Amino acid sequence: MATSKARLKKLGLDKAKLISAYRSMKTIREFEERINTEVNNGRLAGFYHLYSGQEANAAGVCEHLGEKDSIISTHRGHGHCIARGANVAEMMLEMWGSSDGLCKGRGGTMHVADVNKGILGANGIVGGGPPISVGAALSGKMNKDNSVHVSFSGDGSVNQGTVFEAMNLAVVLQVPALFVVEDNFYGEFTGRDYQTGCDDLRARTEAFGMPVKKVDGSDFFEVYETAGEMIEYCRSGKGPAGLILEAGRFHGHFTGDPEPYRPKGEVKYLRKEKDPLKKFAADMGKTDALSAKDLAQIDDEVMALIDEAVDAAIAGPRWEPSRINEDVYVSY
Amino acid sequence: MSVKTYREAINEAMRQEMAADENVFLIGEDLSGGFGCENPGSMGGSFGVTTGLYDEFGAERVVETPISESAIMGAAAGAALMGKRPIAELMFGDFIGVCMDQVINQMAKFRYMFGGKSTCPVVIRLAAGGISGSGAGPQHSQSLYQIMTSFPGLKVVVPSNAYEAKGLMISAIRDDDPVLFFEIKALYEESCEVPDELYEIPFGEAAMPREGNDVTVVAFGQMVGRAIEAVDQLAAEGISCDVIDPRTTSPMDNEVILESVESTGRLIVVDESPPRCGLTADVAALAAEHAFYSLKAPIKQVCAPHTPTPFATELEMAHIPSVEKIADAIRDVMS
Repeated sequence: MATSKARLKKLGLDKAKLISAYRSMKTIREFEERINTEVNNGRLAGFYHLYSGQEANAAGVCEHLGEKDSIISTHRGHGHCIARGANVAEMMLEMWGSSDGLCKGRGGTMHVADVNKGILGANGIVGGGPPISVGAALSGKMNKDNSVHVSFSGDGSVNQGTVFEAMNLAVVLQVPALFVVEDNFYGEFTGRDYQTGCDDLRARTEAFGMPVKKVDGSDFFEVYETAGEMIEYCRSGKGPAGLILEAGRFHGHFTGDPEPYRPKGEVKYLRKEKDPLKKFAADMGKTDALSAKDLAQIDDEVMALIDEAVDAAIAGPRWEPSRINEDVYVSY
Repeated sequence: MSVKTYREAINEAMRQEMAADENVFLIGEDLSGGFGCENPGSMGGSFGVTTGLYDEFGAERVVETPISESAIMGAAAGAALMGKRPIAELMFGDFIGVCMDQVINQMAKFRYMFGGKSTCPVVIRLAAGGISGSGAGPQHSQSLYQIMTSFPGLKVVVPSNAYEAKGLMISAIRDDDPVLFFEIKALYEESCEVPDELYEIPFGEAAMPREGNDVTVVAFGQMVGRAIEAVDQLAAEGISCDVIDPRTTSPMDNEVILESVESTGRLIVVDESPPRCGLTADVAALAAEHAFYSLKAPIKQVCAPHTPTPFATELEMAHIPSVEKIADAIRDVMS
């Protein structure tokens, strides 16, 4: 759908909100591209699951969330954490395993979390998050605080029993849980059509007993509008809901994935036609809601933030190995 | 103080803590039973441990779930991260195999991998152990506290009588770490004097129900009672033993065990699990490493054989270590 001034107004997206959304997506993009560069140039060890191409999913959902809401994420979790407001400099320190990292360098890329900000963590287990999110939603229902609790999980997670169990339990208990399924066409190195036996995931998810919508995840405004509807549904006490967002990833499953399983030209096509940031910028041009100058200024600020974060992460404090036993327990 | 069964003691601990702290709630399958049927709340739990709690606290505090162990454990973990204090029932402890990820990869790891900035105060209740003559069979008889003890981030509790059960349950509910509370099925009907008021038994402090000079007998769960019986019999033969009930296997009271072994010079370790990579080997290694020069005889492990728990009565009786087996082991190290 083409975005118009009228649509922006209908969605309540004023200038401040548009800036926030674009900054969020741009920060995710530059964070991920920089990680890729640093892995390739050998300054950063490990393997990272990059989110480039899917930025509008995280931003379009998280821009609706308030203080009492929570998210839980996946192994491809940097984007969700940034969109939910995790401290980017501390996240970068975490990538380098510094003791000053957001999780003191103990969790790393797949476990970025800030529970106090409603970020129940990226999660290294496919399908691990949704049951936990149902528990967060149960606590929200018990507290009667009108909160909504979002689990992000990929198209590869939807055939895990844990996800089935979580969806059913959320319906049985009528808790405010939003299940966001991010379909990026591949679960690791296997296509979604092979992994998921039925050809209508939306209908299958809806069969659990909750409303489910599917939209183009490369279009921030589509995601924002539909996520808003589903979050409002959950917030109003009607029970859980689902949202399927389709957006391809620009990188492999992990940094270093040679990607022989992907058709030639797919990534090139995605980068050209399905880039959420480019599409957002084009919509801004059409509607004059943000000027090219506004966007360029955000770009500059984000680049500076990432540059500083990387420099600080490389120079960040390291662990004294004798302290390996800390924080296993509250008391022991 | 009054005589209460092990089952009643756990029930009372949960009831009193639920009354004292509104964040404490129960979640699990058939906690009260009858939902979607004629009489919601009419069952009171598969083992009767949650009897009356639905009537007292209602469906908001006694959360009935479908048969979905992963979702139950995950929901407990998520609610705990958000500040609640869930008590999640797994019914038969064997079912932890269905939901291991949520326990060992999620709640056990949160605090460490989130940089010590979160707590996950979940209590998982698991009915454990074989009952001689019950025919519960291979999938409903295991004592899996031994494997759970090996995971950093989890605490593991194994009460051996009603007094311990209440005090340890109260400590478990108040603890800010995830606690696995193994209830010994064979003990549900056993009773002893239990205080009516709230009291805590601290984790990592063993009990010593018998004191002696010749042999140290460390026993877990159901085996504590059998060890006491064996030791009392042997008193007539002039053999006196320390019986140590660690009560919690993580943390474990290594000091009391080592002090005792240093004094007696002989060690028997008894558990009803199969022997490999188990608690008896763990305690044996502890003594071998730290009290080797005090030992007067080889350490002896009394365990089930390396087999599943069989159904047939004769085989089941042979599987769970008997009083005679424990007594024979003690005589053996004394000879």
